[in-house]
Amino acid sequence: MQLHKSALTKVLLNGEQVETGARTLAELVASRGLAEGAVATAINGEFVARQARAATLLAEGDKVEIVAPRQGG
Amino acid sequence: MDAARPATTKPFTLYGVEVSSRLLLGTARFPSPHVMSEAVRASRAEVVTVSLRRETARTGTGQRFFDLIKELGVRVLPNTAGCRTPKEAVTTARMARELFGTDWVKLEVIGNDDTLQPDLFGLVEAAGVLSTDGFRVFPYTTEDLIAAERLIAAGCRVLMPWGAPIGTGRGLANRYALKSLRDYFPEVPLIIDAGIGAPSHAAEAMELGYDAVLLNTAVATAADPVRMARAFAGAIEAGRLGYEAGLMQMRDMAAPSTPVAGTPFFDLDGRQ
Repeated sequence: MQLHKSALTKVLLNGEQVETGARTLAELVASRGLAEGAVATAINGEFVARQARAATLLAEGDKVEIVAPRQGG
Repeated sequence: MDAARPATTKPFTLYGVEVSSRLLLGTARFPSPHVMSEAVRASRAEVVTVSLRRETARTGTGQRFFDLIKELGVRVLPNTAGCRTPKEAVTTARMARELFGTDWVKLEVIGNDDTLQPDLFGLVEAAGVLSTDGFRVFPYTTEDLIAAERLIAAGCRVLMPWGAPIGTGRGLANRYALKSLRDYFPEVPLIIDAGIGAPSHAAEAMELGYDAVLLNTAVATAADPVRMARAFAGAIEAGRLGYEAGLMQMRDMAAPSTPVAGTPFFDLDGRQ
């Protein structure tokens, strides 16, 4: 139980609470089945470039945004 | 002009890019992706606005949409719609730059939910940060002259004042101030963004000397969006041609258009 708890990180992903086994932002994107080039990301309001995702560790309570192209005016 | 050739409007330049079509079209609110594509083609727009939204599952919606846009061969202008602070807008712009592969951004910092009017203070702040960061900023602003000056000082080389609040279709709500803005900044590309409801509104903006019109709702929510796209394309071209040709001055009293000299019966009794 202790091990299980420590292996998961609670983050706010696109406004929803999720528990993830991903250690980095790159792993989180992959765990959602998203191609790395199909989305853009931010953590706690700051942009995280595609190349920086693998080195960006997730911390408890991080607010993560993952966005994709959409229609706009 | 060679009378045998169809009249075309002069191209204009946005951040060093020559653009022929003076209609910029939004891609939202169309009844289907197919209708959107057909409307973009019918409008002959060379620049379309796009956006970013949250994606948590592998639906592929975002990528399919972007692929459709790429097929159209148009340049994209990503917006920061919905952003309420400079920080949100700056981060959104950076995400858009990576995702869409362009340093163009339609900068929106919204200050009020009812009017969707720009927060001009936040807009100027965000424009400065983004311009320093290498962005080509297209700020969604009002007709305010001082805000325009501050945006230019912040690095903006194009301004996009509203015609009326987004989605209202009311046309040029403050024609006098918009004309002042045009007269005050003759060299800055000015695009009327938002509030255009009818082709005649767009033609009026062009007759005032605006360089282009950016619209979305009026086309996307028409009963026949493709036909409406064509209508706007025609109105914008006509308005611009009229401006380039030089509009006549209005006057208070009537002036006969038919020559007076040689009018028959002119010397009959009772006529002086």
